[in-house]
Amino acid sequence: MRIGTVKENYGADAALFDTRVQRGWLVVLAVALVLLPFVSGQYVSYLACLVLINVASTTGLNILTGFTGLVSLGQAAFMGVGAYIVALLEMKVGTPFILNLLLAGLGAALVGMVVGLPSLRVKGLYLAIATIAASVILHFVFANWTEVTGGVSGLTMPPATLFGMELNQPGEVYWIIMPVTVLLLFGAANLFRTRIGRAFIAIRDRDISAEVLGIDLLRYKLLSFAISSFYAGVAGGLWAYFFRVITPESFPLMMSIFFLAAVIVGGMGSILGGILGAIFMTMVPEVLKMLVGVVTPFWPEAVAVLSPVRIMVFGGLIIFFLIFEPEGLAEIWRKIRRFFHLWPFKT
Amino acid sequence: MHTQEVTQDSLAVGQGTTEGNVLSVEGVSLSFGGVHALRDVSFSVKEGSITSVIGPNGAGKTSLFNSISGFYKPSAGEVRFLGESVNGVPAPERARRGMARTFQNIALFKGMTVLDNIKLGRHAHLKTNALDALFYMGRARREEMELRAEIEERIIDFLEIDHIRKQSVAALSYGLQKRVELARALAMQPKILLLDEPVAGMNREETEDMARFILDVREEWGVTVLMVEHDMGLVMDLSDHVVCLNFGQMITQGLPKEVQAHPDVISAYLGSGDVAALRRQFKEGKGA
Repeated sequence: MRIGTVKENYGADAALFDTRVQRGWLVVLAVALVLLPFVSGQYVSYLACLVLINVASTTGLNILTGFTGLVSLGQAAFMGVGAYIVALLEMKVGTPFILNLLLAGLGAALVGMVVGLPSLRVKGLYLAIATIAASVILHFVFANWTEVTGGVSGLTMPPATLFGMELNQPGEVYWIIMPVTVLLLFGAANLFRTRIGRAFIAIRDRDISAEVLGIDLLRYKLLSFAISSFYAGVAGGLWAYFFRVITPESFPLMMSIFFLAAVIVGGMGSILGGILGAIFMTMVPEVLKMLVGVVTPFWPEAVAVLSPVRIMVFGGLIIFFLIFEPEGLAEIWRKIRRFFHLWPFKT
Repeated sequence: MHTQEVTQDSLAVGQGTTEGNVLSVEGVSLSFGGVHALRDVSFSVKEGSITSVIGPNGAGKTSLFNSISGFYKPSAGEVRFLGESVNGVPAPERARRGMARTFQNIALFKGMTVLDNIKLGRHAHLKTNALDALFYMGRARREEMELRAEIEERIIDFLEIDHIRKQSVAALSYGLQKRVELARALAMQPKILLLDEPVAGMNREETEDMARFILDVREEWGVTVLMVEHDMGLVMDLSDHVVCLNFGQMITQGLPKEVQAHPDVISAYLGSGDVAALRRQFKEGKGA
């Protein structure tokens, strides 16, 4: 049982990971992330990359929707902007991948700010519809600006190079995706230790009193859109390095809904929630697929019979978690931690 | 408490005021369609004073506050703050210039802790930008640490809320929420504090605590206070100057004693100043 944690200065009190146990686990996690591609096969590395890309994008959407309270269904389209920017830079200019990713983020942020302009006037579902309109427009641009985007057939880009080595396999691209995602996550966590993050939450909770405290609503809503789309743009760039073929159909509206679902299932307004939500939404379908694979030797028709069931189970699980814990997976995690902290006493 | 010796730096009063007035409302009128919420209201708030606005429900007190803090645009007249007209100055900028306000129905941010709510008060005076914030280095870290130390040592200690600093505001009692709102307003380094019904819905003990804090804010922080309040006992005990509104018009203003005795004020509250007529009504069974 833990009675409390003692801090000797304000800096220690504001630290992201405040106990020794937490920092210990963080080191374990870091070691695991570094060792993963060495000990696992290509399939696991593939899944890890996919999860990390989704974590980056979900965290971006969480800043906008979970923390600032602005519902957006444009996240996939912003990822598309980032992906196209990376592909074009890699093909036409050949700049290093770090610069490409940064420019992808900035480009998406710019587009995101334009899309965010209506947010001062419209909120909630109306804003969601406005962002759908924006993503349809972006899709149209991707499909029809043939000279730049390659039209419907899209772009095929060369792999990223690191110290002269081409990163082809998932286990290799992982070395770009993992550090960038970790960096983005620390950035998001830091944001909410400062006035910028507090202003976002204030706008979500009560925008009128935020204004009385001197928070310029339009400016901060646009800033939230910009940061969120920056994350989407970088995630889209990572996506491009991972798949290397970008078409207008790579970033459908369904994908935006996927990210929104990840934010809600994981826990709105919690960095950990975004991470858990993205892992859940990416891994559960894979795990269910594996389960079907396990049954197949004993029951040959399993694939045909269970595939539709798999999708239903996935949907059912999402609903179950939302009813069981509306605050999301992050809240479940907090409850588990509290249980162990207080054991052997009841919570 | 060691608040006595740390009062100097936020005492930036006296700059730019005209004739010692921090705020003056000059002929302000406000109408929504055909409804006149305020009609030609004029009064001024002296530096270092506690001024109260009273009046029956619907008299236009909150409309007046909203006009002062920049939510409503008066259809006529002018609000002057620190000697400058603030007509057309948006609410966030008024906040930055030193106008802090609390709300009748508490406007705290429910999803945040007490400490974060108070920190938000300082928002307009901090300089951290998005890039500093993402890396939490240099300016961001320094500003956060300075702010935290100041809030702990001056505000939290002063308002006696150190036991709840890490709690979520949603879980607090009404009286404590009002106190946190006052703390947040103080974090804004205000020149004037607009309190909209600071003791509404409080019990006697909470009211007495709040009265003490309002007096201390004026004495130790040197902040001018303008408040709307229904609790006549509090208004009469604390105020230097009282303004009475009814149906959007100013009936009278002056010392608490004068206003209390003014026949129009009595009739505004009781419906009629004619005591004999009232008595007749009761006898005929039309009263109550």
